Amino acid sequence: MIELKNVKKYFHPRRGIFSSDGDSVKAVDGVSFTVPRGKTFGLVGESGCGKSTIAKLIVGILEPDSGEIKCQGNTDIVFQDPFSSLNPRMTIGDIVGEPLFISGQKRNEIKAGVKRMLSVVKLRSAECIDKYPHQFSGGERQRIAIARSLVRKPHILVLDEPVSSLDVSIQAGILNLLKDIQEEMYLTYVFITHDLRVAEFMSDAMGVMKEGTLVEVASPREIYSSPKDGYTRQLLDSIPKL
Amino acid sequence: MNRRITFGITIIIILALVAIFASFVATHDPLELDLSLEGRLQGPSPEHFFGTDNLGRDVFSRMVYGTRISLSVGFIAVFISMVIGLFLGGVSGYFGGWVDSLIMRIVEVMYCFPTFFLIMMVITFLGANIVNVMVVIGLTSWAGLCRLVRAEFLTLRERDFVHSAKVQGVSDMRIIFRHILPNAMAPVYVSATLSVGGAILVESALSFLGLGVQVPTPSWGNILTAGKNYIDYAWWLTFFPGVAILITVLSFNLIGEGLREKLDPKLSESR
Repeated sequence: MIELKNVKKYFHPRRGIFSSDGDSVKAVDGVSFTVPRGKTFGLVGESGCGKSTIAKLIVGILEPDSGEIKCQGNTDIVFQDPFSSLNPRMTIGDIVGEPLFISGQKRNEIKAGVKRMLSVVKLRSAECIDKYPHQFSGGERQRIAIARSLVRKPHILVLDEPVSSLDVSIQAGILNLLKDIQEEMYLTYVFITHDLRVAEFMSDAMGVMKEGTLVEVASPREIYSSPKDGYTRQLLDSIPKL
Repeated sequence: MNRRITFGITIIIILALVAIFASFVATHDPLELDLSLEGRLQGPSPEHFFGTDNLGRDVFSRMVYGTRISLSVGFIAVFISMVIGLFLGGVSGYFGGWVDSLIMRIVEVMYCFPTFFLIMMVITFLGANIVNVMVVIGLTSWAGLCRLVRAEFLTLRERDFVHSAKVQGVSDMRIIFRHILPNAMAPVYVSATLSVGGAILVESALSFLGLGVQVPTPSWGNILTAGKNYIDYAWWLTFFPGVAILITVLSFNLIGEGLREKLDPKLSESR
């Protein structure tokens, strides 16, 4: 499970001799939520509202200025852009196997682990293992990134807009895959997206973010049927009606 | 392959072979004197391809041996500057903070010196020989490379695959050498290739001024020096080493430019 208590993160413009002090940006300004084990918390909001900062805080890329973040078990992350999240100079086998390699496992153990993970994300390992990222499509790359994030057997997975850069036709495949994996490995997800429909599909509970704060936390059904906050209503209205 | 690269590499390979097999390529002993009146300052002939100098030595053979000096100075000096530039630039860009400030101030100081005069001064103190020339050129020419590497590291360390490695507990050293450095090398190769030409020019200039390779050991630079007093009536003494320097530097520049074009992400189709 994950617990965030009144987490704050401000970014301060760098002070130099030749620049005056600017105002700090309140990227995350007092956010609290709890995600029980095995559940998905969907975090929605427009770009620049601090969603990705929360992702980075949970996995420890950034340190909070104040507040508390409690995570039970390993955390890992899947990024939005599968073109910049895979090292272009490493083979798929090396990318997925790196956490195993640095933990000192033997070569055949690493290979077996990599194969297992690639089969979890439904890629044929024999065809992938010696190839480089540029030889794959966006959807395949995102599967590789998911395989890498799972290889350390994390309990918590932060998904930072994992389907936003993919074609709509591929999105559903990845989303269903993530649901299957969650069930199989009993994972806790923090699913960040700006797409309300994707959030509704994935989440057990949803949080709506605006300018660094959570304006509403509720189940997807509640959010859709009776949004309490004006901003949530605004977001709902902006969904194109088909 | 790019035509410029092909041309440049062909020339460099030929020169490298000449340097390695100098004793087979040279037609005469480069140090053998012929002080007789008819032996000195002979024009190019089938016996002496590039003529003879004021001491009756065969210029072609001296230049063949001089190739060794020029190429080894070029490569070794650039190797030294690459090692320093990569290390300091990498540390600077990756760790940032006060380390970065310190290294960048040193780089700025390096930029403030007129490098060539700095090299001349150091050589004057340490003594003029080939090893000192290589080391000193290397030690004074890393600043540009350092900045280049730092800039690459600054952008690469914010890439998601580096974040991901950090999340997974990969050590700083492994991130630097396995994740960032291989992706930062393209502009480094370009810059290094271009600097080889520059280093060869500096060596020639130093030898020309008598601060490089000492006579009687031949280098293109000191053959030029010896020839400058006879330029009115023995053109071959300055012409051939000058052309050799020109072609060599040009080849390295062509390779560098070709590489730049090839490795530029805007021009290459696969990202």
